[in-house]
Amino acid sequence: MSTIAADHVRTVPVTTTKRIPLTRITAVELRKMFDTRSGFWLIASIAITSALAAGGVILWAPEGELTYSTFATAIRFPVVIILPLIAILSVTSEWSQRTGLTTFTLVPHRGRIITAKAISAVAIAIAAMVLAFAVGALGNVLGAAIRGTTLVWDVTLTQCLYYVLGMVLSLLVGFMLGVLIRSSTGAIVAYFILTFLLPTIFGLLASSQQWFFDLQPWVDIQFAQAGLFVFEHTLTGTEWAHIAVTGVTWLVIPLLIGLALVMRSEVK
Amino acid sequence: MIAIEGLTKKYGTTLAVDDVTFTAEAGRVTGFLGPNGAGKSTTLRIMVGLTRPDTGSATISGRRYVDLPNPGLDVGVLLDASAQHAGRTGREILTLAQQYMGIPRSRVEEMLEVVSLTPAEASRRVGDYSLGMRQRLGIATALIGDPEVLILDEPANGLDPAGIRWMRDLLRGYADRGGTVLLSSHLLHEIEVIADDIVMIGLGRIVSMGTKTALLHEAGTVVRAVDLLALELALAASGLTAAPADGGVLYTDADAALVGRVALDAGIALTELRAATGAGLEEMFLELTAATQREGAPA
Repeated sequence: MSTIAADHVRTVPVTTTKRIPLTRITAVELRKMFDTRSGFWLIASIAITSALAAGGVILWAPEGELTYSTFATAIRFPVVIILPLIAILSVTSEWSQRTGLTTFTLVPHRGRIITAKAISAVAIAIAAMVLAFAVGALGNVLGAAIRGTTLVWDVTLTQCLYYVLGMVLSLLVGFMLGVLIRSSTGAIVAYFILTFLLPTIFGLLASSQQWFFDLQPWVDIQFAQAGLFVFEHTLTGTEWAHIAVTGVTWLVIPLLIGLALVMRSEVK
Repeated sequence: MIAIEGLTKKYGTTLAVDDVTFTAEAGRVTGFLGPNGAGKSTTLRIMVGLTRPDTGSATISGRRYVDLPNPGLDVGVLLDASAQHAGRTGREILTLAQQYMGIPRSRVEEMLEVVSLTPAEASRRVGDYSLGMRQRLGIATALIGDPEVLILDEPANGLDPAGIRWMRDLLRGYADRGGTVLLSSHLLHEIEVIADDIVMIGLGRIVSMGTKTALLHEAGTVVRAVDLLALELALAASGLTAAPADGGVLYTDADAALVGRVALDAGIALTELRAATGAGLEEMFLELTAATQREGAPA
């Protein structure tokens, strides 16, 4: 054994040491999202659930609603849950699986690792969206053929882009929670509270309190972003302002706090 | 070469690392010895930029670790072999390191061979690995960038005797080719077997350091004579304290040459004269361990 070691240890030519480029870190971080069984199936489940959702629409959608927008809306629900999970786990696993000990010593600049993770997460989100649109289109064509309805394409490119933006924002909320909490379970629970529980509470509050009814679009990030996913609607300037304000309070500020914590947090 | 200067780190009110200064020289294996919780791991973590010190500095070949452009090519680090994603295969973990560093892909298989992980083992998930296999994989990850400096925290943990011997030969070879090796251990024997230099730490402070030979020499002298009492009296007359020890010998702090001279002058025939191997080091280490012992003293 030791003779092999002696022969092999010094064979790599001394390269001119350059700073590790961000592109390479991003490529590795992207690979790390796929290279475990759980990571692989999480990403595969985007394709699987999209297909299932499209199948559901074909089988059960009422006659007049077998349109492309119905497919796109149906596919949104599984994907909006899975995508943020991918983003959360890509960050939290460095702490909960303690791989950060290796990652942060091979690249001793956590900001660069987090940036690379953000880029790869957004790349996956966009790829997932392209896939979802494709599955939706396929479903639309198949549905029209099977059920004998007319083929309806009722989504414009701008609306598709809104939809993608909405998805990327959901994913970034997950990413933010991963950075802020750095524990898989904690971040996932927080994501569900933020995405499903809080909007319900805000909704109840808005329906009982007039003052909050007026305030809700400026406070409730889900409410503010709802317009991104409604296909027959063009966003007004005020609605963009709602998205921007809630985005700053629920996404940017906590993300900045999270980043400050990540820089000093110890990987045990 | 690794240079540590005045390193201090406090966690709350606990002083984990207290003004630690030492160097690990190129071409030598430096053993960082101390009981559990003595501050070894914290010191190593500070060296590789994972933990920020309150004061002091750690440099590797004159540069701070975080300033190294591609640290894996200069410093091989193994802090905790178990800190790996259980769902990745051994080969995948090595591949990730290879890709971060941007070195040829062939290094992965080469390293698997160096640490004797078979292709079948490399394809298994790390969750199914024994601690010894994880250590081998960790050492492969540290070596893959062909670094000049190795920093290993408790690398012998979980290795069987053959594995420890293998690692000793590997590190010896590395140091002989000019590399710097710093390894920590809480086992005196491990360090004694592998290291050239020893830095002993307890409760965050350095309690002793030097070359292994010097530290062992410091341990004193064991001497035996036919007339043990006459020898003890002769030593006492020369101002040397000596005490009878197990096995009909005298133990003294004095240098062997001095003891021999005293015996010659007194005309006492010696039957044995040697350095007390490791006894002093072990004594000191046991004291350290006792001071931080959690269990009560045995009844």
